[in-house]
Amino acid sequence: MNVAVRNTAAKPDVAALKAQAAKLRGKIIEMSHKAQAAHLASSLSCADAMTAAYWHVLNIDPKNPTDPQRDRFILSKGHAAAALFATLAMKGYFPIEELDTYCQDGGRLAEHPPANLLPGVEAATGSLGHGLPLGCGMALAGRIKGENFRVFALLSDGENNEGSVWEAAMFAAAQKLENVCVVVDYNKWQATARSNETLMLAPLRDKWAAFGWDAHEIDGHDVGALAEAMQNIPNGSGKPVALIAHTVKGKGVSFMEDDNNWHYRAPTAEEVVKSFKELGLS
Amino acid sequence: MRNAFADELTKLGNDDPRVVMLSGDIGNRLFDKFKDKHPSRFFNCGVAEANMMGVAAGMAMNGLRPVAYTITPFVTTRCLEQIRTDVCYHEAPVTIVAVGAGLAYSGLGPTHHACEDISFLRSIPNMVVICPGDAFEVRGALRAAMQQDRPVYIRMGKKGEPVVHKGPITDFKIGKAITIEEGSDVCLLSTGNMLPEAIEAAHKLKEKGISAEVVSFHTVKPLDEDKLKQAFSRFKLVATIEEHSLIGGFGAAVSEWLVDSETHAKKFLRFGTPDAFFKKSGEQEYAREVLGLTGHQIADKIIHALS
Ligand SMILES: Cc1ncc(C[n+]2csc(CCOP(=O)(O)OP(=O)(O)O)c2C)c(N)n1
Repeated sequence: MNVAVRNTAAKPDVAALKAQAAKLRGKIIEMSHKAQAAHLASSLSCADAMTAAYWHVLNIDPKNPTDPQRDRFILSKGHAAAALFATLAMKGYFPIEELDTYCQDGGRLAEHPPANLLPGVEAATGSLGHGLPLGCGMALAGRIKGENFRVFALLSDGENNEGSVWEAAMFAAAQKLENVCVVVDYNKWQATARSNETLMLAPLRDKWAAFGWDAHEIDGHDVGALAEAMQNIPNGSGKPVALIAHTVKGKGVSFMEDDNNWHYRAPTAEEVVKSFKELGLS
Repeated sequence: MRNAFADELTKLGNDDPRVVMLSGDIGNRLFDKFKDKHPSRFFNCGVAEANMMGVAAGMAMNGLRPVAYTITPFVTTRCLEQIRTDVCYHEAPVTIVAVGAGLAYSGLGPTHHACEDISFLRSIPNMVVICPGDAFEVRGALRAAMQQDRPVYIRMGKKGEPVVHKGPITDFKIGKAITIEEGSDVCLLSTGNMLPEAIEAAHKLKEKGISAEVVSFHTVKPLDEDKLKQAFSRFKLVATIEEHSLIGGFGAAVSEWLVDSETHAKKFLRFGTPDAFFKKSGEQEYAREVLGLTGHQIADKIIHALS
């Protein structure tokens, strides 16, 4: 059996990753403005995790998106589709111009990642709580077939409300799926309220640990730390790994940060210009 | 429709202390008035629909009148076992209210489409299925549902749909269809948010000299059998119109009724969504056009069937 070649870049180039994350945020903001689509803050919240994954961690080849040995990345919080679409286009899975068709009639880029339609999208998400069970199945398929790829699932904190997440968490621990890594985008907001005032997530790291995971808290905007932690999967603990990433919803644009109106709102042209200034983009 | 729902619910909550609102972390600010007035009777249940439905059933078994609300697939298919066993098997008077039925949230993609829910829910014993045609029907349906001692499913569109009725429907009755426009040649039985398309179809038909009756067939279960009998005896063509799969939906229910009641249909057409996920990006209007569900397309097919 072939064994996937690990991405061996030992130390992430943090400056380059930071610049990339800013570019990604810019693209997401542009898309949101053009389509007047919701979930901008949700997409900005996880932009650093996406950058770390796609520009440092994942063993992937955009020219060969169905390579059986590729690492799997599942955007389980599918409502951050703009972040995924922008990432995949920037990585070359499809032409960057196709981003202009986001939310347009007849296109491939609806407001959530589609099934069997767009190269690089591993699973259709958008109904929360599906990504991790799918990821466990993928990991087991790899184990059975002797392909030791890794599986990364990016979950939102609100998604941790779903029972299916915890069913999968117990399953993964029992199966010792040490090549599975969950990143929780812990931005403390859900769709209509603060996360911990909706269902009690805290102490979230302890919960994942109690469910049998090697669970760590991490700064979800420290792209270098994210890259190192994710790159280190499997990390020798013999357990699946949960990275509880503390984040700020709307991160990167001061007037969007931690303001949940931006779960729904799209920016005006003027606000795009302001955002680009803050991100150091032109 | 959803604003009418929130407003009517607040009024019902004022009059009836048994009314409890459960939301699955959606409807930002939609329920502010209800929350203001009845803070102890509003629960944001989070993104945990199975639990929400079980909690609603438990409340209903103990004398309350809970309303469980979120986006259609999540308040139906996501927690179908809880609906079947906890709500329907126990005959617990839970009112399930869904927003974004059919392709109302077309742009959000197939995870948010709901073209199978009527099929699933109407097959469960003890369940009532109502698909209001406009905001006034939403109000009527909700009021009627809360007076029931049984589970009711109300399938709404989104917001800003055309309002068809001129004012509150004081005699709204579950299982009693409402004639919107009288006609003599063909009968358009529409359920749910397709009502404006049915009306448009009738107007197009009129231009061609075909007189069409338009009926808002808001209750899919139980069916208004009197209305069906009348329709199939009086008109040379009857059509069902719904934003739902042709498998198991309103048209399927009418087909079953036709066979079981040994009723003769001169001509019977069913308009609905096909047996396929709608994968293209685009809003509801676009989706309807692609699927042949706009008023003018419906009219064209009827003209063709009559010629
Ligand atoms: C099963 C399911 N229920 C409800 C929704 C509707 N919905 C979309 S996003 C969201 C919550 C958003 O908060 P969170 O999950 O924490 O993500 P964030 O945007 O804060 O990153 C909800 C309830 C959904 N997509 N899936």
